[in-house]
Amino acid sequence: MIEEKSHLPNRSNMSKSWTKYLLWFAQEHVDFRFAEINSLMSLFNIEMRFVRKPKDEPYWIVEFPSEVEVKLLASRSVSLRNCIELWAHAPNVQKLHEELKLYPKSLMQPYIQADKSFKIEVDTFCKHFSQKEKVDKLEAFSYLPVDGPVDLKTPDVTFQYIEYYGIIPHCPPEQPYEVFFGRWVASGLRQLIKKLSLKTRKFIGNTSMDPQLSLLMANQAKVTDGSLVLDPFVGSGSLLVAATQFGGYVWGTDIDYLMLHGRTRPSRIHQKTRDRDESVRANMKQYNMEHRYMDVLVNDFATPFWREDFRFDAVITDPPYGIREATERVGTKKEGYEVKAEHLPTHIPAKIEYGISNIYKDLLRFSARHLRVGGRLVCWFPVFREDYTENVLPHHPCLELVSNSEQTLSKVTSRRLLTFEKTREPTEDELDEYPVDIMDFREKYFVIREETRKERRMKEAKIREDDRLRNLNKQS
Amino acid sequence: MKLLTHNMLTSKCMKGVSIGYPLAIKALDIRTVEVDFNPEFVAKMIPKIDWTVLHGAAESIGQTDLPKEVVDNYENNEEFLKKVHHVLLEVDVIDGELICPETGRKFPINNGIPNMLLNEDEV
Repeated sequence: MIEEKSHLPNRSNMSKSWTKYLLWFAQEHVDFRFAEINSLMSLFNIEMRFVRKPKDEPYWIVEFPSEVEVKLLASRSVSLRNCIELWAHAPNVQKLHEELKLYPKSLMQPYIQADKSFKIEVDTFCKHFSQKEKVDKLEAFSYLPVDGPVDLKTPDVTFQYIEYYGIIPHCPPEQPYEVFFGRWVASGLRQLIKKLSLKTRKFIGNTSMDPQLSLLMANQAKVTDGSLVLDPFVGSGSLLVAATQFGGYVWGTDIDYLMLHGRTRPSRIHQKTRDRDESVRANMKQYNMEHRYMDVLVNDFATPFWREDFRFDAVITDPPYGIREATERVGTKKEGYEVKAEHLPTHIPAKIEYGISNIYKDLLRFSARHLRVGGRLVCWFPVFREDYTENVLPHHPCLELVSNSEQTLSKVTSRRLLTFEKTREPTEDELDEYPVDIMDFREKYFVIREETRKERRMKEAKIREDDRLRNLNKQS
Repeated sequence: MKLLTHNMLTSKCMKGVSIGYPLAIKALDIRTVEVDFNPEFVAKMIPKIDWTVLHGAAESIGQTDLPKEVVDNYENNEEFLKKVHHVLLEVDVIDGELICPETGRKFPINNGIPNMLLNEDEV
């Protein structure tokens, strides 16, 4: 055993000195950053150390054992903008230059040689400068011992100088809070968000998930080449589009026959009818991912039909909350009801309410059975912010909650992106019944709406009345 | 519907059905679409597949190229993996039916999408 172990490269032992990096994030979905990076570190088995505990700034100062890890992370992250090998950082410009002058020349050497073309980029976060001002800032670095030629289009080496003026737009301070200089190493996947934009996608529905969040979900599910991925409330398939980008082979099911066949009313305002060939498959074709499209099936999630021993690597889904999409399952309240034989060929099954608590109960139970051990369930869960504690979340003894991030929807509501990892196979009992007490989001949602609507009407009536009185006064 | 999906489907959730596997296939329209060959993926899927069922399903829709049994050392047998790849991922039943082996209940397939929805008196 010991012999074998010594053959395995252990990254933390191999490199004695860790290198400092600046990870610059998009200032969007801040709460999701940690969840994404943690998932990716776990997927690639990467180690990372914080040099400084991150607060709400768009950057982290961290250390990695080598550049390999940084590049792996960037190759999959959608929240990352840029990764920079940090040569100097300081609370003001003067100190930055002092620090940069102390940076060991031996470490610069590979990047400043005569055969390496270079450029220096100047970024000022949250404050605008003219081109002339930027050039002045750039010229302050003329002491750098770079020997290569300048190449603005395709340089071998890109240096980045960043001045950070905080995150409050419109009133930046006179001087930056912090300044950085370093060598650009890798960029994240911000381009992919644009490429998968819903604006240019063939087939979308009313509640299609935006590409950034879809990609985040695929990352949190640790989708990788050859992963088997299921979305049991697939709709127009946006989550599957993201999963295929990272190598997932995808299935989807949905109770809505018309949706899967692309026959619902179009979701784009200027589109009168849907194209004949709108479908989840058409989306895969659009992004050249048809080879990873397995199937979509019309199915009621309450009556699953998968072979009991079939295991998925990931279940990624956004179940209906009963607000913008109906929560329905097949069923009837009539007792002893039977469909007459002559009606069978054209019969459309009746549906009854499929309450949120049952949906999530079924979803967790399904995942406990059909995920492989170590596989992940990533799903959204709607909450009332005032009622939220971890106790209101769905849970299952075989699923461990590994991350939980909030996206605010309104003053009172939000939805949480939950990531569960299956820790072991369930016992028969755990698949049958287990107590879950989940509040019905839908019920409360409409009660609150009812109130606010009444309040709004009263307010409007009062304004009208005041206007009327004012007019009367004017006339008299 | 691909034969890989068919291999994973049962009608067990129906009232009175005990195994519901495998579902018979009646194919009215079959399309073959060439897709990228990923040998690792095919090799990964083989242990998950019920081979007898796959073989039977393939024969029932006219795909007779598949060996009756999984060959030894299949991970390194490209010719074999290519055959499996074709049957699992390239053959698509566009129109037809899946049939429950116990009740004869038919599940229609249109535009390649199986409709596994039960009626309210069957759940």
